Amino acid sequence: MIRLGLDVGSTTLKCTALNEKSEVLFSKYERHYSRITEKASEMLRELAGVFKDEKEISLCVSGSAGMGFAEKMGIPFMQEVYATRLAVKKLLPETDTVIELGGEDAKILFISGAQEVRMNGSCAGGTGAFIDQMATLLNLEPDNMNELSKAHTKIYSIASRCGVFAKSDIQPLLNQGAKKEDLCASIFMAVVNQTIAGLAQGREIEGKVVYLGGPLTFFSELRRSFDEALGVTGLCPDNSLYFVAYGAALSDEHKVFNLTELTEKIRNYSAEGNYKSCEPLFKSEEEYEEFKARHSLVYPIAGLTASKKAYIGIDSGSTTLKAVAINENEEIIYSEYMSNSGNPVPLVKAFLQRIYEKFPDINIVSAASTGYGEEIIKNAFHLDLGVVETIAHFTAAEKYDPEVDFIIDIGGQDIKCFKIRNKAIDNIFLNEACSSGCGSFLQTFAGALGYDIEEFSKKGIFAERPVDLGSRCTVFMNSSVKQAQKDGAGIENISAGLSISVVKNALYKVIRAQNADALGKNIVVQGGTFLNDAVLRAFEKEIGRTVTRPAISGLMGAFGAALYGKKRYKGEKSSVLTAKELESFTHEVKAITCHGCQNHCRLTVNTFDNGRKFIGGNRCEKPLNIKNTEKKLNLFEFKKELLASYKDTESKNNKPTIGIPMGLNMYELYPFWHTFFTSLGFGIKNTGDSTRKIYLKGQHTIPSDTVCYPAKILHGHIEKLIESDVDAIFYPCMSYNIDEGLGDNHYNCPVVAYYPEVIGANVTGLESKKFIKDYVGIHRRHDFPKKIHEILCRNFGKIKLIDVKNAAFKAYSEYENYMKKIRLEGKKYLKCANEKNLPVIVLSGRPYHLDPEINHGIDKLICDAGAVLITEDSISDMVEKFPTTVLNQWTYHSRLYAAAKYIAESGNKRINLVQLVSFGCGVDAITTDEVRGILESKQRIYTQIKIDEITNLGAVKIRLRSLFAATEND
Amino acid sequence: MANEKNRIEFTKEMKKTYKILFPNMLDIHFHILQKVFKSYGYDVELLTESGQAVIDEGLRLVHNDTCYPALCTIGQMVHALKSGKYDINKTALMMSQTGGGCRASNYIHLLRKALKNSGMGNVPVISVNLSGLEKNSGFKITLPMLRRAIATLTYGDLLMLLDNQTKPYEINKGESRRTVEKWISKISDLFEKKRGISAKEMKTYLKAIVEDFKKIPVNRVPKVKVGVVGEIYVKYSAFANNDLEKFLYEQDCEVMVPGIMQFMLFKVDNRLEDIKLYGGSKAKYNVIKILFDYLTVFETYLVEALEGTDFVKPGTYRHLKKIVKPVIGYGCKMGEGWLLTSEVMELIENGYENIVCAQPFGCLPNHIVGKGMVRKIRTMHPDANIVAIDYDPGATKVNQENRIKLMLSVGKEKLMGK
Repeated sequence: MIRLGLDVGSTTLKCTALNEKSEVLFSKYERHYSRITEKASEMLRELAGVFKDEKEISLCVSGSAGMGFAEKMGIPFMQEVYATRLAVKKLLPETDTVIELGGEDAKILFISGAQEVRMNGSCAGGTGAFIDQMATLLNLEPDNMNELSKAHTKIYSIASRCGVFAKSDIQPLLNQGAKKEDLCASIFMAVVNQTIAGLAQGREIEGKVVYLGGPLTFFSELRRSFDEALGVTGLCPDNSLYFVAYGAALSDEHKVFNLTELTEKIRNYSAEGNYKSCEPLFKSEEEYEEFKARHSLVYPIAGLTASKKAYIGIDSGSTTLKAVAINENEEIIYSEYMSNSGNPVPLVKAFLQRIYEKFPDINIVSAASTGYGEEIIKNAFHLDLGVVETIAHFTAAEKYDPEVDFIIDIGGQDIKCFKIRNKAIDNIFLNEACSSGCGSFLQTFAGALGYDIEEFSKKGIFAERPVDLGSRCTVFMNSSVKQAQKDGAGIENISAGLSISVVKNALYKVIRAQNADALGKNIVVQGGTFLNDAVLRAFEKEIGRTVTRPAISGLMGAFGAALYGKKRYKGEKSSVLTAKELESFTHEVKAITCHGCQNHCRLTVNTFDNGRKFIGGNRCEKPLNIKNTEKKLNLFEFKKELLASYKDTESKNNKPTIGIPMGLNMYELYPFWHTFFTSLGFGIKNTGDSTRKIYLKGQHTIPSDTVCYPAKILHGHIEKLIESDVDAIFYPCMSYNIDEGLGDNHYNCPVVAYYPEVIGANVTGLESKKFIKDYVGIHRRHDFPKKIHEILCRNFGKIKLIDVKNAAFKAYSEYENYMKKIRLEGKKYLKCANEKNLPVIVLSGRPYHLDPEINHGIDKLICDAGAVLITEDSISDMVEKFPTTVLNQWTYHSRLYAAAKYIAESGNKRINLVQLVSFGCGVDAITTDEVRGILESKQRIYTQIKIDEITNLGAVKIRLRSLFAATEND
Repeated sequence: MANEKNRIEFTKEMKKTYKILFPNMLDIHFHILQKVFKSYGYDVELLTESGQAVIDEGLRLVHNDTCYPALCTIGQMVHALKSGKYDINKTALMMSQTGGGCRASNYIHLLRKALKNSGMGNVPVISVNLSGLEKNSGFKITLPMLRRAIATLTYGDLLMLLDNQTKPYEINKGESRRTVEKWISKISDLFEKKRGISAKEMKTYLKAIVEDFKKIPVNRVPKVKVGVVGEIYVKYSAFANNDLEKFLYEQDCEVMVPGIMQFMLFKVDNRLEDIKLYGGSKAKYNVIKILFDYLTVFETYLVEALEGTDFVKPGTYRHLKKIVKPVIGYGCKMGEGWLLTSEVMELIENGYENIVCAQPFGCLPNHIVGKGMVRKIRTMHPDANIVAIDYDPGATKVNQENRIKLMLSVGKEKLMGK
């Protein structure tokens, strides 16, 4: 009898039929577009056609989407990783490690040695789906990515945690003109890093490595990237797509079915439809008609006025390019809305040429750009103005509703919302990299299910029971959809559910609205995603009020830029390239690395005709050769220099040398430990600032992929110390921090407090080095010397207690001295800013945000914008302990509340707080709300910047520029 | 300092007329606990409502990156208040507050914030804590009441332990659960009569419970034995962990969930360890030591009741502390701290080498004591088969179950091999 294994994956269906001798008789691979039962029964019918004599087959199902299906049908189920293992043991018994990437899963199996199986956690993004998503973004077929990748010349670092992150790294690169070849290779590398960091978790991947699953089968360049990163030559066997199916066929847990009956049963199988659902978007046809009438998308196209004057606005967004020309009466005379395919420059050129063609007598008096590509477009075509997109959108919205008090824009890549108070932008919400389930997300989903976006979203309009998918990022959404499909939700209900989830995402993840009134009374919605009626309706339903969708909803940024230009127009002629100049316009892109500082920015150098250049990707002004003689007032710089003044010190009298990893709390306590150990005659060294290289060095021993980046990076610092000649690594656990009297307690957060335990348990190289991770309480000044004395004696033999006491005394005074210097310098900067009337940004966070690899040079960005930068710890001492609405129990966090309080009470609108938040920081879920509350209680603006392995500096710039714009308007 | 001035106190007058709602966590324990509060004149009601509406309420009111337990419990309480079932001018809420460097000490403040934002800022919230964090004139944990509460946890732990070891093997389906129900009501009755609390009676009744379970006819066929550890709320609450225990039973496993008494001991012991590690007053040490010893006695009752039976006995706190020593320091105390690591090791010792470690997505202590220690545990116990599962409003059951199934496949294979 035939033994059949059926592998129902997240995107594909595979089957393998074996004879009694376990020889393969038949295999089949197919995308199922979520029509699992239909495709499965077709597959069985085909099988029956091939094996006409077989009335019965023995069957076992496997695969991530097969579980529910098998259960309901009474077919035995085998977990897919387990099936892979069975197959590998049978077919390639020599294998040490298997790496299998599927549509949405990544798995590593360790076969030799202690057997282990690893699967990506619920956070790590799917890999096949991720590559598909990236392909859509680059406007390529996945196969082309492989081809292009072969010609790459450099690799960009792209966040390796999840697809959404990677996307926000790639977008700015695209807009800066990075080459697709390099991007494709970088995407593959990101997949590799993700797999290693997320799954290897401290275990080396070595020996005979086997690659399985779709992506690794289809993309030779992906395999090459793995080979390179692992230092192996992996094998991708011929039947690499069928291992799961083969394993299922081999399984002991089989059941015999009559083939015809089974085929029928599967074909007629319809799930029960007991998934969670929301209310339908429209109850009736009439309701939809009323809605459509209210939100007409028709707008008149005017012509040039007698003056022939025109104002051009170009919005170079993340995935689309919008361009508008308006006349003297602020009426649109021409507009375009295009997908930017990764390079907006040729599109703008074509747009301008069409304008000149259509209106030969046009007199362009102003041209302004906005959006992600603002700078490159402005430079390439000699536009007159650039405007930050928030201001552009506000300018446009005001035209449609002068009373507007809330604007929400959902574009392809991002969600932007802002509150308007007193005709100024008061509060901005941008989606953090983790929750950006926006327009392109809907589009990708539609594509995955085999529809184009318009058709797909229309299907949702009359869905009776939209799937309730909650509010989460794309990766989660994928599995939610999978579950809904399993439960029998049809395409209509999934479509409506996705539209609703986009809205929920915006409301509850980005804005964190508590009710409709919190948003505002006059809401204007815009952005390409709101052109989708299902999304718009879901939004109205969710907030319980009607909103204004301008007829030119998708063009608002461009329209706003044009209006902005008109407002500023003072009678000069626009410098925009003329029709003639456009003819000779050329554009070339080259990528280089800047070595101006340790950030090592990847720069893209755009060269236009006549050698005009535009450089993108820089974090500071250095590569632009701008001579700036005036020293910037940057307290981050000051702190870094101060820390660097504690130099590596040689030991005296053969005393041991201590190595300290520069990370987390060490960024503040180094002066303490440096003084303490040198006073005892010990030598001391630290590992200095982090680099991407240091991170990658330790990446393979990180056990939890959702911990914050500052913690992850410590692994690399420890590796660096292991390689060094220090005698011992000193990295103590500290539940408590110094009590500064600002809070109810003085804890460290759990990660800062106990990360040494994680290091000790996971970094195997420490077996060859003395590692001191004892619990130390510097908060008890009196007891500390005695306790640390015990620890030192245990590790280094006898040391006199009196010497330790003296060293401790010096250490405490040095620490106090260090903090005092920071506070004095901070106040000096404040005073100076006051005298010169300069804006001040209090860049708040944690001591370790000082690390340039962690803050990504955001401090420089702020200073380059002309602001004075100080830190929260330099002003927190000016505030007395005060009541907060949360339990104020962490030392570092108490400073945040104090700094916010100081700013709120200062009454000086030129001082503003920007809070850096590391992605994954659980404590900041509490502190951010509290800091915001303190500031907003005095009508001050709160700005938060989330940082991770990679940070989208484009979004950071928007925030900062909007913040400056808002404070200048007063 | 948290704002004490504007806090709505639960007054003596309120005690007479107010209903007090509190969220469920440990089904058995909390049902008895409800009776304890009632017997002291508090009109309490245990909230057991679950489902999407509760989660949605939580999502609306709590920062979405805050841990899942905060979302669940705050959602549950606000949902109840809005349900119309209660007079919100005559209702109070009760929540436990552990203190310590974990985010969890902040739940109560997040709850108050949520109430305020829902226009119910006048609803008093009672903090149940032993750290003296917040005080209410109308709510006092007296010593007899404390003793009753601790007795409850002891009874609850034993019932949970026996039920877990009997249910998978019982011949007459439902018999184990019926025995649990019987004892819940019996213990509640005893408490009402101020009985079942003295040392002598506790020993008697604990033994009687064990005897009762011994009588249940079972067929002890070999099954995959799974231990469940994790963040305390997600580990225990079926609402938060998507009915994890039920799922495991359906997969034909035996499930062991360590009891809560050890957690209590752990929290008290932390104060002793703090003094040992960092210094502190001897007098304070001695006072805490008395409390610690007092609690240990209850643990002894439980273990003694199981003496001479075939039931797997839980390791004593002392034992747990001993085995974890080479792996992680005693100073690691936030959240579940080293206890979680130790529970994994103890479960493996007792034959539960398949482990589900359940935690809220992004749980800070569990980066350290859960996922962070897996590698080290594996080097000591190569057979350990551990899967860490994250729970949050967006994580889907199908994903979680798929991962657990993988762990179970490996467990099954090992079982076959034996």
